Amino acid sequence: MVKNAVRCRDVVVVRGGREVLHGVGFELRAGSVTGLLGPSGCGKTTLIRAIVGLQAKVTGEVAVLGSPAGAAELRGRIGYVTQEPSVYGDLSVSENLRFFASVLGVRSDDVARVIDAVDLGTHADVRVDRLSGGQRSRASLAAALLGEPELLVLDEPTVGLDPVLRRDLWELFHRLADGGATLLVSSHVMDEAVRCDRLLLMRDGELLADDTPQALLEAVGTDDIEQAFLTLIDRKAASR
Amino acid sequence: MTPRVTLAIATRVLAQLRRDHRTVAMLVVLPALLVTLMWWMFQDSPTTFDRVGGPLLAVFPAIIMFIVTSVATLRERSTGTLARLFTLPMGKLDFLLGYALAFAAIAVVQAAFVVSIALYALDLDIQGPAWQLAAVAVLDGILGTALGLFASAFAATEFQAVQLMPAVMIPQLLLCGLLVPRDHLPTLLHTLSDALPLSYAVDAVQKVAQGNNPLPQTLLVLTFTTTALTLGATTLERRTP
Repeated sequence: MVKNAVRCRDVVVVRGGREVLHGVGFELRAGSVTGLLGPSGCGKTTLIRAIVGLQAKVTGEVAVLGSPAGAAELRGRIGYVTQEPSVYGDLSVSENLRFFASVLGVRSDDVARVIDAVDLGTHADVRVDRLSGGQRSRASLAAALLGEPELLVLDEPTVGLDPVLRRDLWELFHRLADGGATLLVSSHVMDEAVRCDRLLLMRDGELLADDTPQALLEAVGTDDIEQAFLTLIDRKAASR
Repeated sequence: MTPRVTLAIATRVLAQLRRDHRTVAMLVVLPALLVTLMWWMFQDSPTTFDRVGGPLLAVFPAIIMFIVTSVATLRERSTGTLARLFTLPMGKLDFLLGYALAFAAIAVVQAAFVVSIALYALDLDIQGPAWQLAAVAVLDGILGTALGLFASAFAATEFQAVQLMPAVMIPQLLLCGLLVPRDHLPTLLHTLSDALPLSYAVDAVQKVAQGNNPLPQTLLVLTFTTTALTLGATTLERRTP
């Protein structure tokens, strides 16, 4: 087994003639939950798209499960959840999942498992466009869980969910990690930081910190991640 | 390419179409309605209807399929489902062939309906057998599908996609031999029409109408269809800016 599920080195991404990631480097330990935190527009989604192999104009090294990002052998081994729910609105939850299961080539009884995992059992036969926003994003998450992928890359999966559901999902993330999966979860909500094994703090296309939540708070001398983030930004500005 | 994946996509597209009664009605009924309209216009000169009726059976299915498919794949791009599919073991050709297969099934229903109406309700007079006419109409519908799938790669939005119809299909409609027989066109336009797929779609129907063998033209239509799908697969990008 590969010790690091993801290894990025000097990752630079250019979009529309503008450099949006300026040499990002980090590693994701296999079997961990890492939070990718930062304000909207800081480059989280671009970094995520580089990891799942959908981003054009990436330079530097992006290695995923021992292969270069986007390699054909990685397809189906990564579960990817986009920020907007990427499921078919005119199909029901279970129709969507049965479709993605057959593309993946996994048994259709996996569909019941993932519906259960995201707690959509009572809505399995409802058309996705008749669901609430939170239910829709859970349907999208369920599709990414099909086939028990080794790496899960989730772009803001908990936006708009009620606190109970968010807690349940974070428990699910940790159960998956305990089962050996590696998770990268992006969020712009700082209070989700403490639920992660490790944190990547990002701003303006650069990583400000790559540490455990506890170590990060201790280093800055605060008990609030938002405050830690601000202090790191100030220190960075002062060191320039 | 994986047959399992191609079939999964075709089945899913058909399941989505089943929910969308208006689109199915448009695909199946509209060509027949338009042919009926033409029949009515030429009520006092049935020979004219016999001349243009056949070509219309080629032109209407192709154009209508083009419009629908050029938008369909854009929906997948804007909703992020295409991005998700690209992280799964799906070949680009699986994606396009899945769509082509689903719409080919629709084209069969569409052609059966429009050809039945034309031959048995509107008394369109053709020399060749009815099944040949139906077979050619099916292939012309699939040609429209393939051209639509190819064209959708060049549109960034649905707004741009609908603009492709007048740009791509209307010139072909003008030059395909429906309005002016192709050998009466000025030399340059005749040469241009030789390079356009819809010309052969109409030629094939006209061969059937005259009772001649439509196979060479039909094979050309098939060649254009496979070329459009192959080019469509190469222009589909996994990595986007």
